[in-house]
Amino acid sequence: MAERVMMKGNEAIAEGAIRAGCRFFAGYPITPQNEVPEYMSRRMPEVGGTFIQAESEVSAINMVYGAAGAGARAMTSSSSPGVSLKMEGISYAAGSELPCVIVNVSRGGPGLGGLTPSQADYFQATKGGGHGDYRLVVFAPASVQEIIDLMYQAFVTADKYRTPAMILADGLLGQMMEPVTLPEDKDLQIPAKPWATTGMINGKPQSIINSLGLVGEELEKINVRLQKKYQEIAANEVRFAEEDVKDADLVIVAYGTSARVAKSAIDKARAEGKKVGLFRPITLWPFPSKPLSELAKSGKRFLTVEMSVGQMVEDVKLAVNGQAQVDSFGKLNGTIPSVNEVYDAIIKSFNSQGVA
Amino acid sequence: MILESIFAGFGGQGVMLMGQLLAYSGMHEGKNVTYFPSYGPEMRGGTANCSVIVSDDPVGSPVISELGILVAMNRPSMEKFEAMLKPGGMLFYNSSLIDVKPKRTDIKAFAIPANDIAIELGNIRVANMVIMGAILKAAGVVKIDTVMKVLTETVLTGKKKDLVGINRTALEKGMELGA
Amino acid sequence: MEKVFGKPEALQERVFHYCPGCTHGIIHRLVAEVIDELKVREKTIGIAPVGCAVTAYNYFNCDVQQAAHGRAPAVATGIKRVLPDRVVFSYQGDGDLASIGMAEIVHAANRGEKITVIFVNNAIYGMTGGQMAPTTLPGQKTTTSPFGRDVETMGYPIKMTELLNTLEAPAFLARVSVHDPKNVNKTKEAIKKAFEYQIQGKGFSMVEVLSTCPTNWGLAPLEALKWLEANMIPQFPLGVVRDREGVAQ
Repeated sequence: MAERVMMKGNEAIAEGAIRAGCRFFAGYPITPQNEVPEYMSRRMPEVGGTFIQAESEVSAINMVYGAAGAGARAMTSSSSPGVSLKMEGISYAAGSELPCVIVNVSRGGPGLGGLTPSQADYFQATKGGGHGDYRLVVFAPASVQEIIDLMYQAFVTADKYRTPAMILADGLLGQMMEPVTLPEDKDLQIPAKPWATTGMINGKPQSIINSLGLVGEELEKINVRLQKKYQEIAANEVRFAEEDVKDADLVIVAYGTSARVAKSAIDKARAEGKKVGLFRPITLWPFPSKPLSELAKSGKRFLTVEMSVGQMVEDVKLAVNGQAQVDSFGKLNGTIPSVNEVYDAIIKSFNSQGVA
Repeated sequence: MILESIFAGFGGQGVMLMGQLLAYSGMHEGKNVTYFPSYGPEMRGGTANCSVIVSDDPVGSPVISELGILVAMNRPSMEKFEAMLKPGGMLFYNSSLIDVKPKRTDIKAFAIPANDIAIELGNIRVANMVIMGAILKAAGVVKIDTVMKVLTETVLTGKKKDLVGINRTALEKGMELGA
Repeated sequence: MEKVFGKPEALQERVFHYCPGCTHGIIHRLVAEVIDELKVREKTIGIAPVGCAVTAYNYFNCDVQQAAHGRAPAVATGIKRVLPDRVVFSYQGDGDLASIGMAEIVHAANRGEKITVIFVNNAIYGMTGGQMAPTTLPGQKTTTSPFGRDVETMGYPIKMTELLNTLEAPAFLARVSVHDPKNVNKTKEAIKKAFEYQIQGKGFSMVEVLSTCPTNWGLAPLEALKWLEANMIPQFPLGVVRDREGVAQ
């Protein structure tokens, strides 16, 4: 059986990627994700991969663009301000349909913000950030073990749909250590990439990696194809976890670190006989709208818990579509919400009159 | 069982190591653990702290809400975190460096002259292990054998192998003071 | 009858969209001829820039990635590191390389990436309609320097070849021109050497090619060639500034 080891979230991001077959990493130093490039710089040479400390975030994502276009499993990682800089390249990768993984170990903003954990990049991750009608598949781990598991899933999904995927973590997940079970070395069965620019060897037709559609109809065609792909992803790749939801009157919707804090607060409320449950989106896009809508139909009320003013709450409201009351607890960047703060929000929401 | 703890002190006093030792030992004993260090400019300023939770059940929030054990290796750390301790919580403070008494009366305070003992033992750097020993005795959250196993297998390897003996002595010395 | 002139295999059977008198077509052809002569077409991967050559993938008969504005050297880096035995070249204009892509080109050169950069300098933004480029000459009128480039507020033309020559890593750096047949031949020689050095693993190579933009300069094709010779060459002296001949990997 695989050994249990203690690992820092950031190291798990790197090791999880390597075990998922990632062989190209380009990044730039920024707190709180520095252990990712540091780990990669040691580890990549061991597996015959490439590590580059890029001159900028912009260059890093464009190196990933080149490497992904050449057929490699490639990734970059950064934190909020750095991810903003990468948005150009991410839009290009989406438009050129390049599978790659971008990790955001997010911190507080706006601007230079701070170094403390934050979830204020939800909009940026799930609703564009870069220009154009594109989507990223966004995974939100809530533990170091889940980081390992989702790194693998991110690369698989990216390859399956030829699309960039993002891991949206935060400074707490990046910095904390937890025991993890590392996956055994397995045959990764990375799909063939005949579209990659590997040279026109042995009669391979010309490969062009491109997001340009100068003629209007051409661009429309590209976008129609992209949207069709996104619909397919939305139909097949939704992930979420539920705990104590069945008998719950109030369902807390939270992801990542917030879900961890919410879980502790829920346990406290449950101990007092309050029927509260946890709904944890694991993919932030595609968002688990359907299961939430069904919960709303069955008469449950909702409270979102986020480390931001409240961003995901908009998606919850869209999903619930007026069928149930949706309250929001948002902790503004700077500190992580305490269990008691979330507990108080739960009690307040629990005792309020539902409008449903 | 759930035990929430904070280890705090100057950089170089080995507070991160203490936290990691507890977390690793908890893992080896089959418990759920989380370890969360302070990071960024906090570290550059010379003070450091980490939060460790050891629990029978999966850990929800890795952020401390019911502080059960506080280790203060210097005075600023004690002043910063003492108020967070839950009633009945344990405070282990380095009385070699902290010349004030804790304010709280509803906690169990252990004054450990860790630096003095470490110097007596011949290496100031084992001051953290003296306090660690006191925690092992007083809180009994993990076994000394587990801690020694983690120390010898993951920390004191290679050139540091020679330090195993003095670390064990420091732990044992501390255990006498944690009674 | 012996065929004495034909399209290189590394060019597709397609008519260039470039303006009359624009020298992009010549430079494309020279690159293609070199690729043919070195017999590396099948293992060559090009990077198209943002600018007039954005659709270079329609002309070069090899695999091509189109890069965001200025990022071609970063994209080339990614490709070359993943496929070290392939031949990777970027084809970039002056706005792309010397303005928005300054960081990418300097750092790719400084890392000694084993890639070849074809830098087409025509002292103006072509595709966007004749705005001032970082290489626009002092006093030169453009749509964003309607009174001429004022060096007091707009600075001087950037000499990229000399700038990169301050770095240790590059293996080959040259500036050439395509304003007459003699110089066209010299340009081809330089491009060939740049590709050869990459293939030999010597390191980073860049050829800066002085080029025309009759449309945005407001000149007839022949006048444009003369303008290049008379005005650009004094500002951008021709020659090989770096030739790391003996230092193979």
